[in-house]
Amino acid sequence: MKVLVAVKRVVDYNVKVRPKADGTNVELANVKMSINPFCEIAVEEAVRLKEKGTATEIVAVSMGAKPCQEQLRTALALGADRAIHVETDAELQPLTVAKMLKAIADEEKPDLIIMGKQSIDGDNNQTGQMLAALTGMPQGTFASEVAIADGSVSVTREIDGGLQTVKLSLPAVVTTDLRLNEPRYASLPNIMKAKRKPLDTKTPEDLGVNVEARVQLVGVEPPAQRSAGIKVADVDALVEKLKNEAKVI
Amino acid sequence: MSILVIAEHNNAQLNPATLNVVDAANKIGGDITILVAGENCAEVANQAASVAGISKVIVADDAAYGHQLAESVAPLVAEVGAAFDYILAAATTTGKNVLPRASALLDVQMISDIISVESGDTFKRPIYAGNVIATVKSIDAKKVMTVRTTAFDAAAAEGGSASIEAHGNVHAATNAEFAGEELAKSDRPELAAASIVVSGGRGMQNGDNFEMLYKVADKLGAAVGASRAAVDAGFVPNDMQVGQTGKIVAPDLYIAVGISGAIQHLAGMKDSKVIVAINKDEEAPIFSVADYGLVADLFDAVPEFESKI
Repeated sequence: MKVLVAVKRVVDYNVKVRPKADGTNVELANVKMSINPFCEIAVEEAVRLKEKGTATEIVAVSMGAKPCQEQLRTALALGADRAIHVETDAELQPLTVAKMLKAIADEEKPDLIIMGKQSIDGDNNQTGQMLAALTGMPQGTFASEVAIADGSVSVTREIDGGLQTVKLSLPAVVTTDLRLNEPRYASLPNIMKAKRKPLDTKTPEDLGVNVEARVQLVGVEPPAQRSAGIKVADVDALVEKLKNEAKVI
Repeated sequence: MSILVIAEHNNAQLNPATLNVVDAANKIGGDITILVAGENCAEVANQAASVAGISKVIVADDAAYGHQLAESVAPLVAEVGAAFDYILAAATTTGKNVLPRASALLDVQMISDIISVESGDTFKRPIYAGNVIATVKSIDAKKVMTVRTTAFDAAAAEGGSASIEAHGNVHAATNAEFAGEELAKSDRPELAAASIVVSGGRGMQNGDNFEMLYKVADKLGAAVGASRAAVDAGFVPNDMQVGQTGKIVAPDLYIAVGISGAIQHLAGMKDSKVIVAINKDEEAPIFSVADYGLVADLFDAVPEFESKI
C-alpha cells in the first residue's frame, strides 16, 4: 500500500507571531520555521503503518518556496521513502494546494493520503476536505484512530459531541488530530540517511495549476487585548466580587 | 444577495449555533434560506422555519444525511448552494468537515472561521491561534464561509414563518459509511452554549479530581471544560477540550482551575465576559487575562468556593 503524506513549513509553534508595524502581514523575518505539528503527526502515522507492514512506500509532498525542502528532509528522516517538492514563491491557499495534491495523487495513485487537519499559521482546516472533494475520495477528518483492513479504513474522529467512527473505502483522505499519535524524534543516523533519499522538484505549471490567490489579505492587526484584573485575597473575596461586582453568579 | 445557511442539528433539535450563523447572515444582508439535511428531521425544519428573518427552509430528508457524512452532504450543499451568493455554516466539527468539501466542488476558495463582516466581500478571521486577526477579501463570485459562533449574537429563534420546501435529489455516499459514535452524555449544558464554564487543567492531577468541578458546575448550572494538557493526560475526554484546536467558548463567566494558560487555551476562552483563575502559581499566564485571580491551592479553594456559592 502506498501512502502520500502532505507536509507544510510553518512558523514554529513556540514562536509568538506578531503583526508587522505597517499592518500588511505578520512579521516573519528571522523566525524559526518547522514542520506543522499536525503534519508531523501525519508523517508519524504513515511511518507506523509501514512498520506494521501495512504500508510499503511513503511519499512526502510539500509546496512552497525552496526552504520547505528542509521540512521534506525532516519527513524523510522520520521515515518517508521519497519526497516531492512543488516549488513556488506564490502565497498558496488551501484550494490551490488541494488542486496540486490532486495532480500528484493522479500520478502517484496512493491508497491512502494522510495530512494534518490544519496548519497552525492559516488555521484554515480545509485542504484535506478539498482534496477529497477533487479526487472523489472519502474523507476521515480529525482522526484520533486509524485502522486499515480489507481495502477500507476505519477512522475514529474527534467531533464536538465526542467520537464518531466512519468506515471509508480506499483510496481515502485522512486528516490528523492531536491525539492520533505522539511523533518520534528523528535520530542522527536517520537525518544523515535522509540527505541521500530522492527528492523530486516540480512546479505548479508542471501540474497545470494556477496559483492566483482568490482570497486577498487586506491587513493584519493584533487581537483586542484583555487587561489583567485584580488578585483577590481569598475565596470569600472571590465570591463577593462575583456576586456584587461582576454579578455573574 | 441570497444567503444559504446550513443548519446544525441532531435530527431532532436545531443547534443554537445555527442562530449565530443567521446573525452573521443578517450582517451581510439579503434573503436567507436555511438548508436542513438530515434523516427524519421534519421537526428541525419547523424550528428553522420559525427563526426570525428566514424566508425559506429547504429540507433534504433521507437516510443518506442521517449522520452528516461529508460525502453525502457536501454534494447536496454544492447542488443547492449553486444558486446562492453566500453559503454559511457554523465553525463546528460538522461545518468544518462538510463545507470545505462543498466549497471545492464549487471551485470557491472558502474562508474559515469569520469573526466579523466588514462588507459584502471583506471579513475578519483569527490566524496563528488567534494571535493575529486578519482582514481578508474574497474575489470569488460566490462566498463560502464558516462562522465562529461566539463572535456573533444569536438571531431570535421565534417570530419567523418561512415556507418549507422538500429537496428531492439524494446524494448517497457509496465510499463512506457511518460505523458508530460515542457521544458524551451529560445533564449539564453544552460547553459551547453554556453561560458559565468551569474548566480544569493539569493541576487537577487526575480525572477523579474533576468531581470537585462537577459539583461547582452543578451548583452554578455550568458546563465543565478542560485544557489540552488535561485531555492529553487522559483525565477527561476530548470533547471537553477548550482551546484553539478544541472548542471556542465565550460564556458570561469562565472559571479556570489549575490551568496555566497556554496560548492555545487562551485562544479558546479569552472572549469570555468574566474570567476567574484559581492557580497556586502566581506567575501563571492565565492571571494576565483573568478579571479575578485567586492564588491558592485548588484542592482547598475549590471545595470552599463550592460551599460558599
